[in-house]
Amino acid sequence: MTKYIIRRLLGIIPTLFIIVTLSFFIVRIAPGGPFDGERALPEVVKRNIEAKYHLDEPVIQQYGRYLFDVLRGDLGPSYKYKDHDVNYFIAASLPNSIVLGLISMMLALVFGISAGVIAAVKQNTWVDYTAMALAIVGISIPLFVISPIMQYVFAMKLKWFPTSGWFTSGGGWRSVVLPAIALSFSYFADVARLTRSSMLETLRSDYIRTAKAKGMRNSTIIFKHTMKGAMLPIVSYLGPAFAGILTGSVVVEQVFRVPGLGKFFVQSSFNRDYTLIIGVVIVYSVILVIMNFIVDIVYAQLDPRITYK
Amino acid sequence: MNKNKTMPAAAHTENSTDTALLDVKDLKTYFLTDAGIVKAVDGVSFTLHEGETLGLVGESGSGKSVTNLSIMRLIPSPPGKIVGGEIVFEGQDILKLPEKELRKIRGNKVSMIFQDPMTSLNPFLKISTQMVETIMLHNKDVSKKEALERSIEMLKLVGIPSAEKRIFSYPHQFSGGMRQRVMIAMALSCNAKVLIADEPTTALDVTIQAQILELIKDLSVKLKTAVIIITHDLGVVAGMCDKVCVMYAGRIVEKADTDDLYASPSHPYTEGLIMSVPRMDVAHKNDRLFSIEGQPPNVIDLPPCCPFHPRCHKDMEVCRHAYPPTVGVGSGHEVSCWLYVDEAQRNLALEKALADEQHAAADAVQTNARKEAAK
Ligand SMILES: Nc1ncnc2c1ncn2[C@@H]1O[C@H](COP(=O)(O)OP(=O)(O)OP(=O)(O)O)[C@@H](O)[C@H]1O
Ligand code: SF4
Ligand SMILES: [Mg+2]
Repeated sequence: MTKYIIRRLLGIIPTLFIIVTLSFFIVRIAPGGPFDGERALPEVVKRNIEAKYHLDEPVIQQYGRYLFDVLRGDLGPSYKYKDHDVNYFIAASLPNSIVLGLISMMLALVFGISAGVIAAVKQNTWVDYTAMALAIVGISIPLFVISPIMQYVFAMKLKWFPTSGWFTSGGGWRSVVLPAIALSFSYFADVARLTRSSMLETLRSDYIRTAKAKGMRNSTIIFKHTMKGAMLPIVSYLGPAFAGILTGSVVVEQVFRVPGLGKFFVQSSFNRDYTLIIGVVIVYSVILVIMNFIVDIVYAQLDPRITYK
Repeated sequence: MNKNKTMPAAAHTENSTDTALLDVKDLKTYFLTDAGIVKAVDGVSFTLHEGETLGLVGESGSGKSVTNLSIMRLIPSPPGKIVGGEIVFEGQDILKLPEKELRKIRGNKVSMIFQDPMTSLNPFLKISTQMVETIMLHNKDVSKKEALERSIEMLKLVGIPSAEKRIFSYPHQFSGGMRQRVMIAMALSCNAKVLIADEPTTALDVTIQAQILELIKDLSVKLKTAVIIITHDLGVVAGMCDKVCVMYAGRIVEKADTDDLYASPSHPYTEGLIMSVPRMDVAHKNDRLFSIEGQPPNVIDLPPCCPFHPRCHKDMEVCRHAYPPTVGVGSGHEVSCWLYVDEAQRNLALEKALADEQHAAADAVQTNARKEAAK
């Protein structure tokens, strides 16, 4: 087990190296640079700035310098926001995105799994149809539609929640509710559908027939014999889904003014703010890799047939 | 299991009391599939008394498993449905019982060993959990510790080495044969009144096979458990069963006491089955076994006829047009075959069947014509 964990952790290093390398070069292939504004800067000024950030050096040298910095945990200066470096922005915004993501994920899991299980147990009844119709709605309505609608109805009209803000900036816990629910919708839908089909498949299996033949109650069969196996696809889904919920929160963060990482992800791309782009990409990658790692461990815990080798 | 062929059948139990423990009457279980209605079980009747062992033999697909799953009401629905008949157990029709009453029978009074040992145990739960829950479910006053001890005892009984330790394994850590033994131990742990064993020894090697069968036999004698054994193996039947039902295409074609069946097999299919079992005491011409040629029929949309007729050496005109009635050919010995119906009745039946067919054909022509006209 320990061996397995160590091996997996070591495996993360080359993955991250490839991601850093690829993103480093890809952002430079895209046309335009960080200092190509609307109004062309005087040649001298531009050269001075480029020299300050070592942009005048050969790309390979820049790459070596950057790798070295990243190894020390320094993601470099931002080319756009001159007062702060990339580490500062990430440290300030990432926790907010993670809190929002975690709460949304919890909501999606709790309601999605419940809806999926109930739909499967009551297959082909109105309960099933309602739950699945809701899921379709959740999947097909885009965030930029649902977020403003929720904001309008629950914040502006009903005044149950603040229209925007965040608990770190004095918004209280209420400010978290709307963005978290909005963000959780499509994940709720995915989880519900996945749970339903997985439950249905497991309920048809021979070992569930055995459990029935023993004379067990339906509820015991569902909770003790069916759920564990049926949750495996959900666990595998969680890794990529959590990474997705972080990157996907851009719209929600904008609408509800959540000071999260999403804003920087979008703005840095528009600004050709190379270091900030790569920094955000690295952070997302690390989260994805860690999530997949956790998922594998949890999966192996749930499924006794999987052994760590 | 060839050597068993000449073994005497298990001592007959004398309790031919009038009230049967289990009375299956005209059971019909169909599957509604895209290809059509699969009449997997179509009018099966048999009775089982306390302590009796009944063998159910027949080719693959003849409806043996579906018959027994129907008794437990475990037919997957959709697509399956029990469309007719009664299954009377201890005076109650199982088919009419509410879920709650049904649960008191399942695993408690009627327990089942499933055909497929590889998939019938829950891969996510330890063997101990699965065995203990079975025992505790129907014995409320048994403590967990007692249930565990009992489980270990049962595992030892079915020949699992170092059962005290291995009980804490997961199913995937056991081989197919071991899993089958776990299934058997689990089914035996409740002292049910009826034990249904669906090919209980297919995954086991011959010595273990004999041990397990011996165990089941002991149990039926000691605890008066009635047993239904499903098997392809006529040797097993000869060695264990009091009575035999031979199934073909969803129906019982012959039913008899085991001795009777071997002494005077009446249905041509049964004859074929018995002849295809190798015997030590009879020299074989050209050293080849008799085998029944041809394939069992597809049970979707079977026309009225003897389903065995394409493979039968004695088939007659009537066999191709009408299903044979069930007739008695000895005490407790019944067969569904036109050979045992006297000629006058046979001719009558043939005439009627042909007339019916003509009517049906005429009707079909008419409806077609009407459809054409409607267009
Ligand atoms: N779930 C199902 N859906 C459709 N058809 C089914 C289903 N289960 C069984 N059948 C059909 O019912 C018929 C009888 O099947 P059954 O399993 O009872 O055969 P069997 O006599 O037990 O054969 P075997 O010796 O191979 O176990 C077969 O034609 C089979 O295709
Ligand atoms: S009814 Fe006819 S075809 Fe069928 S088994 Fe008897 S003789 Fe053969
Ligand atoms: Mg079968």
